[in-house]
Amino acid sequence: MKRLQRLLVVVLTVSLINTTMIQSAQAALVSTEEVTRIAAVDQTTSGHARLADAMGRAEVRTEMERLGVDPAFAAERVAALTDEEAGLLADQINSAPAGGDGGIIGAILLVFFVLLITDILGFTKIFPFTRSVR
Amino acid sequence: MALRRVICLLLVIFLLGGCATSASRLQAQIAADLPLRRELSTTPFFPDDSYFCGPSALATVLSAAGLATQPEALIGQVFLPGREGSLQIEMLAGARRQGAVAMVIPGTLEALLREIAAGHPVVVLQNLGLSWAPSWHYAVVIGYDAGQILLRSGTLARQEMSLRTFENTWNRSQRWAFVALLPGRLPVTADETEATRALVAFERSAPAATAVQAYRSGLERWPGNFTLAMGLGNALYASGDRAGAEVVFRRAAESHDLAAAHNNHARVLLELGRIGEARRAAERGLAVAGAQRQTLLETLKAIETAEEVQ
Repeated sequence: MKRLQRLLVVVLTVSLINTTMIQSAQAALVSTEEVTRIAAVDQTTSGHARLADAMGRAEVRTEMERLGVDPAFAAERVAALTDEEAGLLADQINSAPAGGDGGIIGAILLVFFVLLITDILGFTKIFPFTRSVR
Repeated sequence: MALRRVICLLLVIFLLGGCATSASRLQAQIAADLPLRRELSTTPFFPDDSYFCGPSALATVLSAAGLATQPEALIGQVFLPGREGSLQIEMLAGARRQGAVAMVIPGTLEALLREIAAGHPVVVLQNLGLSWAPSWHYAVVIGYDAGQILLRSGTLARQEMSLRTFENTWNRSQRWAFVALLPGRLPVTADETEATRALVAFERSAPAATAVQAYRSGLERWPGNFTLAMGLGNALYASGDRAGAEVVFRRAAESHDLAAAHNNHARVLLELGRIGEARRAAERGLAVAGAQRQTLLETLKAIETAEEVQ
């Protein structure tokens, strides 16, 4: 499975690079994102940067689909990211904070469990149904 | 009995003290030129009791900015089912896809209050739990009052949160907050680096004419910014305004003498049929090309082809 994913990434990468090359050949202007990249790191040749970006994008898309995003939506979402964002997301998609409303309920549950444990350990006596281990 | 009274008194002092510090601390943070209290009460509210606080916070600020949006339309754009939430990067990208410029503001209470005072509701990322047991949540700050921050949050249309609690929950996200506005407007507190990043990102998903508007607003505030100038030139070119793009690239090349500006200037001149000027621009670019050498050589080649045809 992992190997298949790798293969997919490589195929996508090559096709993505091809499309970017064709686009840039048509436009021939240095794009604004490229201007920012030149300003940031002058030494990396744009070819390398482009390869890394394409890898990042393919990876983000694969991960999004694995995390339950509809493949058609995933493609649009990846397209909306800048190269920099795609790179960041490729690294952090599984670790970055994900704001969800688990929030308030989660906090209440947390307090509940902490008190439950302290009850069981005998430090507190909040719940009538707990029996201290001591 | 006496002891109980003393304890009660101490408790009252302690509680009042807490309130007083919170209130005075907020007042201390309010710069002299800001109103003492402000509430953006017309901000819409989209209640949410599941995992969609990201889409609803986003719909709130987008609708407030004048881009009527429902949270349901945003779920497919920003929500990650496997993470049961939305990521910060995608919140910004989602705002852009709806036609808003989304900018992260400095993580200070003053910046937050300044945006509110300017009439911009602010999306904040909070951790309502603890650092080791996080419970990440997006809410929209819509106002401030004596010692309190007012929010649209989850199922609460008007949550009053003490400044201390708000700061505790906000600190855990490294005080992350953003403002989403119509192109042509900028948050009052945005710094140049972040504004540049946000505007360049906006160009990616925006129609060219809208990107032009957004870049112009950025250049108005930071006229010397090279990236923004290049962005304006590129957006004008993409919108079909070659004459306008030529002017912008020429000015950028004059004031910054960088290869990308010369290259784009040469390309536009070539398309306008001003081949002699195009060659001069490309040669100036080649002289400072550095890593851009290949791009400039290609441009020169295109110019040579045009010269042969002539």
